[in-house]
Amino acid sequence: MPLGGILFITIFVIVFGCILLLLASKLGRRVYDPVKFQTYECGIPVQEKKDTKISVKFYLTAILFIIFDIEIIFMYPWATTFKDFILSGQGLYVFVSMMVFIGVFVYGLFWEVKSKALEWD
Amino acid sequence: MGTDVFQIAVNCIKLVIVFLLMVQAVPLLVWLERRGSAFIQNRFGPNRVGPLGLLQLLADAVKFLFKEEFVPANAVKFLYYAAPVAALVPATLAFAAIPLSTPVSVDAFEMFGQTWGPYTFLWQGYEINVGIVYVLGVSSLAAYSILMAGWGSGNKFSLMGALRASSQIISYELALGLSIVGVIMMYGTFNLTEMIAQQQGTLSFQFLGHTITSSWLPNWGIFYQPLGALIFFAATFAESNRLPFDLAEGEAELVAGFHVEYGGFKMLLFFIGEYGHMLVASALMATFFFGGWGIPFVGVAEVQAWAATVVGAGTSASLLTGLVHFMVFTLKLAIFLWIFIHVRWTLPRFRYDQLMELGWKTMLPWALFNTVLTSIIFLIAHS
Repeated sequence: MPLGGILFITIFVIVFGCILLLLASKLGRRVYDPVKFQTYECGIPVQEKKDTKISVKFYLTAILFIIFDIEIIFMYPWATTFKDFILSGQGLYVFVSMMVFIGVFVYGLFWEVKSKALEWD
Repeated sequence: MGTDVFQIAVNCIKLVIVFLLMVQAVPLLVWLERRGSAFIQNRFGPNRVGPLGLLQLLADAVKFLFKEEFVPANAVKFLYYAAPVAALVPATLAFAAIPLSTPVSVDAFEMFGQTWGPYTFLWQGYEINVGIVYVLGVSSLAAYSILMAGWGSGNKFSLMGALRASSQIISYELALGLSIVGVIMMYGTFNLTEMIAQQQGTLSFQFLGHTITSSWLPNWGIFYQPLGALIFFAATFAESNRLPFDLAEGEAELVAGFHVEYGGFKMLLFFIGEYGHMLVASALMATFFFGGWGIPFVGVAEVQAWAATVVGAGTSASLLTGLVHFMVFTLKLAIFLWIFIHVRWTLPRFRYDQLMELGWKTMLPWALFNTVLTSIIFLIAHS
């Protein structure tokens, strides 16, 4: 079972990272200066707060990603068994049913491009 | 993990070694990157500390450790500190699942008045049956650490860099995932070890009932899936945020991207994560398309026979065989890592809309085309 291994290495890496950060925070010299702790800006006082509203197209990209990624993951099990199906003589049936699925996929992509969901400005 | 104490101990040590391999590769790669960029741009790289500047890595590590600890006043403290640690995890988990060499068989032996073994140890952290899905899934967790860093440091540059980086990662994830479908179809398995086993020997395949063989080409995936390999390699550049896709840290517009507010060792941990992703990408490239740890034209049995004449049959011969194959794998890895570095210092950066257009409108359709083409050729060739 690899689960124990995964758990072990995850905990090990997290502990390793924390120890390094702790070590680095203890070893470094500290000089206090109020200006230093201000948020970085290009040499002038900070212009905006961090929760300034930025127009982000990220949510749209993320939604599209989830839809398409699920469709792609759906192809994986098909791909592993495709060769066996061909050898057992059912190749054409399996191929055509996948092509219908890919047709829907392509239509979705085409529709997205047409509705300008993939335009960046 | 294993059935007895010895096996569990060895497996744990192995995992730690895989992690340390990744960590120690980073300073070497940084050195290579700096020397390589200097070589490409016709100037000197780091050449003062030690021979060829090789000890620069040590000096850098010490310097990073003694840097001043710093948290910006606006930061969300927990996220700010958790992000660098979280950056380490995905690359390590993915790298540990990749087979690095042939399994080592250990004969039964006596220790502490007890008979142990015989064992077979895999030359990898752990073997996972759905290797590809696991590696792809785990390595895209990197988006979390980037978003944590971007939000946690409370700076608009970091936030924008993080949003860019994560939307870029998930956009190219699609082309990456789709370019693999042809590979899976070809090998008929998710298991990375079986993929490598199928790439042994010289090129030979079935076409319309004939067996076609070639004596001067190895049986590598690249000859069956050239388009898939190209798309996969290009997408991994975007996945690991490397030039020409490093929009996340466009210096001219975003200063440094999601790690503007980071310095010292926290910065170094992000570096380890990024180079770890490069390592995983190169290792996957070698595994899918270039025979993994296999030596072209030389079978495992031949290496084993040679090893038996050198150190005598048994455990040590098996260990030597594993070592030789590990060297070959490292060589393949090094070639791809050098391509990563060479591309970074040769090509200019994309504009952001061009990047997204390339991912969604060019690479995704081409990867889809590759899938359809492969399945049609399969249908014709095998019936």
